[in-house]
Amino acid sequence: MIVVNTETVPGQNVVEVLGLVQGNTIRAKHLGRDIIASFKNLVGGELKGYTELLTEARREAMARMVAQADDLGADAVVNVRFTTSAVASGAAELYAYGTAVKLVEAADRTEPF
Amino acid sequence: MGTIIGFLWLLVALPTAFLIGWVTERRHIRSLEERERNSTDVRVSNLKEISCPKSVQSSDLVMGHVVIATDYWKSTAAKLRNLVGGEMKSAQMLMIRARREALLRLIEQARRRGASEVCNVRFEFSNISMMRGNQVAIQVELLAYGTALIRMPDD
Repeated sequence: MIVVNTETVPGQNVVEVLGLVQGNTIRAKHLGRDIIASFKNLVGGELKGYTELLTEARREAMARMVAQADDLGADAVVNVRFTTSAVASGAAELYAYGTAVKLVEAADRTEPF
Repeated sequence: MGTIIGFLWLLVALPTAFLIGWVTERRHIRSLEERERNSTDVRVSNLKEISCPKSVQSSDLVMGHVVIATDYWKSTAAKLRNLVGGEMKSAQMLMIRARREALLRLIEQARRRGASEVCNVRFEFSNISMMRGNQVAIQVELLAYGTALIRMPDD
């Protein structure tokens, strides 16, 4: 599955738009990370625990989006966008959405340029 | 009694936070500058249109992501700044550092995949400090994402 955030896939033509696909996950952080983070709030700097947590969560949201596209029989997801929102205290929602499309290789691909 | 403890806490926490925060920030900026010098091989743009799309072998989504917080000194300074208005330098520096870091991580990921170019880069920001009840520090999450292009080797 090709996942890009441009409107088309370079070198390929979109032949069919299958529709919007999306994936989300809401993650709560656990106490241990929270304690380390509150120390960091004192001295500043990167909160590595949260970075890891959110990276993992975003990967999960993306995987759900790709699974949905797979069900539709798509070749690629284009124009992918991400949003994050704090829905409840101590939890963040990661949301990924894009358009599932069917592709065909561009005819002029093999010609010299 | 409570006020005395509170005052002592401020007396200890503020200078400590100031010192460690300053050192962390300096170190981070130095590392950013060094990595930025070494990452001129990947061209980054936020253009939707790809130049010379025929020479693109494959494309892939790449991301760079960071969660970063200010120190206690700076968040206190930000609170005071709220009273008088004007430019909030402490928060501004935090955003700059976060964006540069996220962008560098995006470039590093693109390079690992053998890409020479990243187009349609977007920045996504969220303030996750609102998630805590009694929050003192500003915590922000920054995500940079874009499409990495792997070009066909020149004939």
